[in-house]
Amino acid sequence: MSEGLATGGAVAAILVGAAVTYGWRALGTALAGRLRADSAVMQWAGCVAHALLAGLLARMVVLPVGPLEETAVWARLAGVAVGVAVFFALRRNVLLGVGAGAATLMAATWATG
Amino acid sequence: MREVTLQDGPDGYGTRGAALRAGARAAVGAPAVVLAASYLGFGALVRSADWSLPLGLMSTALGFALPGQIVVVEMAAAGASLALIAAAVALTNFRLMPMTLVLMGRLRAPDTPRWWLYALAHVIAVTSWLVALQRAPRLPLAERLPFVAGFSVVIWAVTLTATAVGFWLHEQVPPLVSLALVFLTPLYFLLMMVADLRQRARVYAMVAGTLAGPPLHLLTPEWGLVLTGVLAGTLAFGLDRRAARRAAPTDADPGDV
Repeated sequence: MSEGLATGGAVAAILVGAAVTYGWRALGTALAGRLRADSAVMQWAGCVAHALLAGLLARMVVLPVGPLEETAVWARLAGVAVGVAVFFALRRNVLLGVGAGAATLMAATWATG
Repeated sequence: MREVTLQDGPDGYGTRGAALRAGARAAVGAPAVVLAASYLGFGALVRSADWSLPLGLMSTALGFALPGQIVVVEMAAAGASLALIAAAVALTNFRLMPMTLVLMGRLRAPDTPRWWLYALAHVIAVTSWLVALQRAPRLPLAERLPFVAGFSVVIWAVTLTATAVGFWLHEQVPPLVSLALVFLTPLYFLLMMVADLRQRARVYAMVAGTLAGPPLHLLTPEWGLVLTGVLAGTLAFGLDRRAARRAAPTDADPGDV
């Protein structure tokens, strides 16, 4: 494939992805004006958003795509456990929690070769 | 009184300009540093897919939402059709719709021009959404949108910078470090969620979503994410309603999901 064709395909893919992504944001914004902030539908939407995000995060940890596929599932779960424990132990410090979790994954992956 | 959690601040800044600046300042710190690390990983991914730096920046500027951006890079590299890419991104980023729906209803003051909301919507992603839901309800109505805008635009600018830096660093980061960079994203989002589990409905939604996500993904990779949100979210909503009927009326907080 030529350089120009590859770039053209990538630009098209990015634009399509961007249009779809903004479409969801705009639709949510449009619907927000027509629904009360405390309506049952809004409550339901909040539950769906939280459940979807939690499901995505669980999927990224348990069934990752990309370089994390090379790591052991126990190493990733240990990273999450250490990250959450450090986060709460150190007065909800996000950076230290995330750093400790990532360091745990690195150490476990390095130790098991 | 609300419980003191991750991001606390005063109950108002006085003017819209002050709220905008306060939002920008709130973003400089843990959220910006960790998101920068996530986008360093994305920049490296863009480089490894043999894309140019402008393509990586275009993706972050226009398609701002990391999971969807990663889907586009990987599917384009695999030669997937545009229709398939559109479908995959729609399913991956579906969550943005209920997210903006919940948030925008709370940010809108009577004199807010509608286009402000549509412009702000572009830079609402998970980090700004969680912080906005936590901080905005305590601010005067007029200051909510400026605060969230200041926060989101700084986050957006940081991710653009980090995409470029990650692209440049690609060949200098050892594989073990790049693994840790990729791992920062789910870990950070997870801590943000766990930190904000004050409402019963959120606890139900997070537990149900966590349990349903992986098996539904295995069952149907294309629809797994949407099914997880709709099924687990609806279950959480139903359980919360039932618990609210049983508990004392003062216990429920229906306006704050």
